[in-house]
Amino acid sequence: MGSTLERVAVPALALLASAVLFGLLLAFYAHVDPLEAYGLMYQGAFGSWFSWQNTLTRAAPLILTALCTALPARLGLVIIGNEGALVVGGVAAAAAGVAVSSAPPLVVQLVMALAGMAVGGLWIAFAGALRQWRGVNETISSLLLTYIAIALMNHFVEGPLRDPASLNKPSTYPIGDANMIGTIPGTDVHWGLVFGIVACLVVWLFQRFTTFGFAMQVIGGNPKTARMMGLDVGRYVLLACGAGGAAAGLAGMVEVAAIQGRANASLAVGYGYTGILVSFLARHNPVAIVPVAILLGGIGASGGLLQRRLDLPDAAVVVVQGILFVAILASETLYGRLWKPKEAA
Amino acid sequence: MDDTSLGLWGVPLAMLAGAIRVSTPFIFVSVGECLTERSGRINLGLEGTLVMGAMSGYGVALASGSPWLGVLVAGGVGLLFGALHAAICQLPRVNDIATGIGMMLFGTGLAFFLGKPYIQPKAPNLGAIDLGWWSSIPQVRQALQVNYLFVIGVVLAFAMAWALKNTRWGLIVRLAGESVDAALAIGASVARTRLIATSIGGAFAGVGGAFLSLYYPGSWNEGLSSGQGLMAVALVIFARWDPVRCLWASLLFGAAGAISPALQSVGVTQGYYLFSAAPYVLTLALMIATCSPERSLRGAPGELGAVR
Repeated sequence: MGSTLERVAVPALALLASAVLFGLLLAFYAHVDPLEAYGLMYQGAFGSWFSWQNTLTRAAPLILTALCTALPARLGLVIIGNEGALVVGGVAAAAAGVAVSSAPPLVVQLVMALAGMAVGGLWIAFAGALRQWRGVNETISSLLLTYIAIALMNHFVEGPLRDPASLNKPSTYPIGDANMIGTIPGTDVHWGLVFGIVACLVVWLFQRFTTFGFAMQVIGGNPKTARMMGLDVGRYVLLACGAGGAAAGLAGMVEVAAIQGRANASLAVGYGYTGILVSFLARHNPVAIVPVAILLGGIGASGGLLQRRLDLPDAAVVVVQGILFVAILASETLYGRLWKPKEAA
Repeated sequence: MDDTSLGLWGVPLAMLAGAIRVSTPFIFVSVGECLTERSGRINLGLEGTLVMGAMSGYGVALASGSPWLGVLVAGGVGLLFGALHAAICQLPRVNDIATGIGMMLFGTGLAFFLGKPYIQPKAPNLGAIDLGWWSSIPQVRQALQVNYLFVIGVVLAFAMAWALKNTRWGLIVRLAGESVDAALAIGASVARTRLIATSIGGAFAGVGGAFLSLYYPGSWNEGLSSGQGLMAVALVIFARWDPVRCLWASLLFGAAGAISPALQSVGVTQGYYLFSAAPYVLTLALMIATCSPERSLRGAPGELGAVR
């Protein structure tokens, strides 16, 4: 186990290296002063109450989708189908919401959340089951499932679930204003943020203080040992993948019930992919996911400002994320090498 | 003659045309990835390399007026991306699957960032060989418009299979993939072998990307690739790490990808989006059918972590 200092210093180094690399790209390709760009990014992300609210609103789905990678990662699985689980969860939530839209709002919201979580959970559990019982690589299958999810969404919003009134942007029927989940009092940030933080805390407590969580750690450490101990590995794989998928499905429900009011192509805007990055940056630690998601939500929120003020392409944000991702992964190699371990006297 | 005169025959014909046209990027990416994986490394980031290749190839073709120079540069950019991936994965304790995901994000992001100015202008197109001269039916003629890159890809697949089996260099690649100990025993550098194999794999993916932007669909935009780079990686597993089987699988995928537009062209518009998922469903189904939890796959390189 690395020291606490190391756990802060290594990611900080990676962050610094990414900032320098992106700065070079800005200076030499885009001819933009990197310091000005970083200043603007700070402003756009955390510079004012308004930008903070924007950042937190974007962080909410990131927290939830990150759990979709983080939970199975505990078992040593690399799931990257977060976007797909979010999309099917969102469509299922919208369909369920429209079906029961005349019920009291709280019931509608509950039904939507359950539908989104159930479908998202099954979606990722399927990838886990394929891994466990067919030996299919879960990374590739979960990403393929994402493409299938997006195709299914297009099919449903253009066909069976389409609201004929939505002309330019095919969508499902709206769930109704009364059924939208509101904002946290005193802010413009919707309740999805709270859902995410609570989910992370619950997962953390589970992993930390239950035998179930300990068993997951054993399986992640060495599946053979776990099997010899008599652990039913398959059950844990299904549950971890299902719970992760449910979190991403809930993210889809939140996007529908708090922002869009209906399901359409706006569901697939990349929260799922960024969620993978969040999980890796947080080293799959549920508590670390919250601040990392806020940081990346901030980078996302600053994209608009960069585009308006410096005329940078909107993909600038993706480049930052990509550099950061690769740098953080490469920095894994530094653990235990920055400081020589003390000689045993 | 118009489209309807062929009736439903238009569907298989369009699928044949699709198999030839759509499969080319699959061929390049999967044959390249096949080489990489045979050396014991997996590169999931080829999707990003493909998009970078598409962007750089288009940009260069636009600036120079020569599409073939674009193809060359796309290959070079792919080579660099492959080398970068290999260099990072060589560091101890770095996970190659996760790095691949990172490179995928980085490659697509960088391509969209640098490629913004190329969305509007029209770059010159790579030419095609007209193999349908004997037919008077326009659809047949169109289906048999074969791009040079397709031919090169087919030749490459066979050449790669031959080289892996019969050359000293192929032996070293296979050793690095099967058993690091054995490779060390004959004095081959595993790290260098994988670096070269991954770089070449990247170069192939870059060329595959250039096909997308310079021939079919033949323009540069952010929705250009729809996961071809990734499907090609899955395809290598299905093809059991054999370049020639990669070729057949690519053709199959090309045909599957053409189902949806083909049906639309004969007037079947229902379920357009469902049929557009066909290649992904097919990939998944094939993986389910060919994988097994009990044993590692026949033909799987022993050092390859992703299939264990």
